[in-house]
Amino acid sequence: MRAAIVFGALSALPFGFTAAWVQNLFFFTLMYAALASAWNIVGGYSGYISLGHAAFFGVGAYAVGITFTHWSIGGGYRPFYVLPLVGLGVALASVPVGWVAYRTRAATFAIVTITFLFVAQQLAYNLRSLTGGSQGIAIPPPSFPVASYDVPFYYAMLGVLALSMLASWYVGGSKLGLALVAIRDDEDRARGLGVQTTLAKLTAFAVSAGLVSMAGGIWAYYIAFVYPQFAVDPLVTIGMVLMVYLGGRGTLWGPVLGAFILVPAQQYLAYRLGASELYLVGYSAVFLVVMLLLPRGILPSLRDRGRRLRVRRTPPGRRAEEVVAS
Amino acid sequence: MTALLEVEEASKRFGGVVAVDACSLSVQAGTITGLIGPNGSGKTTVFNLVTGYLPADGGTIRFDGHVVRRPDPTRLARRGLIRTFQQARVFSNLTVVENLVLATPQSWWQAGRPRGERALAGELLADFNLAAHADTVAAELSFGQRKLLEFAATLMSRPQLVLLDEPAAGVNPVLVETIERHIRRLYAEGLTFLVVEHDMPFVMRLCDPVIVLDRGRKIAEGPARQVQQDPNVLDAYLGA
Repeated sequence: MRAAIVFGALSALPFGFTAAWVQNLFFFTLMYAALASAWNIVGGYSGYISLGHAAFFGVGAYAVGITFTHWSIGGGYRPFYVLPLVGLGVALASVPVGWVAYRTRAATFAIVTITFLFVAQQLAYNLRSLTGGSQGIAIPPPSFPVASYDVPFYYAMLGVLALSMLASWYVGGSKLGLALVAIRDDEDRARGLGVQTTLAKLTAFAVSAGLVSMAGGIWAYYIAFVYPQFAVDPLVTIGMVLMVYLGGRGTLWGPVLGAFILVPAQQYLAYRLGASELYLVGYSAVFLVVMLLLPRGILPSLRDRGRRLRVRRTPPGRRAEEVVAS
Repeated sequence: MTALLEVEEASKRFGGVVAVDACSLSVQAGTITGLIGPNGSGKTTVFNLVTGYLPADGGTIRFDGHVVRRPDPTRLARRGLIRTFQQARVFSNLTVVENLVLATPQSWWQAGRPRGERALAGELLADFNLAAHADTVAAELSFGQRKLLEFAATLMSRPQLVLLDEPAAGVNPVLVETIERHIRRLYAEGLTFLVVEHDMPFVMRLCDPVIVLDRGRKIAEGPARQVQQDPNVLDAYLGA
């Protein structure tokens, strides 16, 4: 129900707001919502803080760029059609990466995954024949009508967001989700109970990586240029993580909420503070506030408060009378 | 009687410390076997070797007639060997029911939950007096309830052998009695137990046979009363 309303509103949005800057803003909001939702499957449910997800974003971006330059798939809507293949390919390719990374836990896992990110970036710089090195890859912009140029990208990104949330929803309600939360709580005990932890973790990792790479593919086509420093950008990882923590990790809507708060805020700050990277200070301020006031994120905190209110309102016997009397 | 679990000449050293020294022991099917010994005698290490949490340096472990070549907790659990931990370890972010459902051997890609598993979860909730808390997040349970939940979860996969690591530690006398009652009932239903415990009266009441470890080796085995009189055991405990 909630999903129908939100996605209905989001689908109608390009008709209501035709201004390019609004559509651009919403494109990035959806992108981060999709990224955060996908990251949440690994970082939220299973509690493994992967800081390497921007690498998959970059691989997706390069995959689309390379299909242009090396396979000349053509423009128009065609790059959107290769996205599912990109997603599937990256999901499969992420399995050995995950397998190596999952030999570690907690902080070590975060460090191992962030090194993957920098390895991916170095590869992007140095595999010049494939990636164009620091010159990047130019993707010829499609000949969409100028007035509604952003709209196809917007809908493609909305599709990836829907997929991410569908995956997240499935995980949340299935035994896989139980297994992932159990891994977050006490992985060793989960193993001892016969939970197939390695399989659960790798599945979550692959699904998450595939989804992130699809978002990266759309982004590359939209920006029309793939540079190593922007395609494989630690800030993209930080963004995902921050949004999940802000909205509430391990929840379905938390990451989306986080993205809808942070992306506009970031754009506003970037606009206010100019092209400097001062908005990063704002980012860290948000992170500190989240850690101090809402360590579990907005949605779980609200849910707790709601539950406490309900308990206070419908107490058994005497307490109800007390409330009435007072 | 056949040996459900056989440990032959198992060894484990941590640096220069030999925690388990060519230790051999076996657990017969249909028994509540006690494993006791002074602190540092290697009981928990034996548990960790048997359940695959630690790789052994040598020796053979046989479970249900098969040699366990690459011990792995998940695989062993799925074959019917399940353990509890010293501190009541439950999944604190899951509800009581979810804690149980998780422990069914069914894989997550197999759609649906068969009625049998569900009925078993309901039965266990009733048996362990947790039905009223079915939808409570485990973090909100008392220590005793968590201890019971951990125990109940081990039964969800209908194991053959349950290893209990200090089931009575830090637990009030009433709960000790409850746990004891559960162990007896399940034993009567055919489940086999291996129990590590420091609470001697508990072990003496419940376990037969009792195996005594000292410095990583088995020094005695037999009925509780006989083991209590064994000079080697008295030596080990009193350090004489």
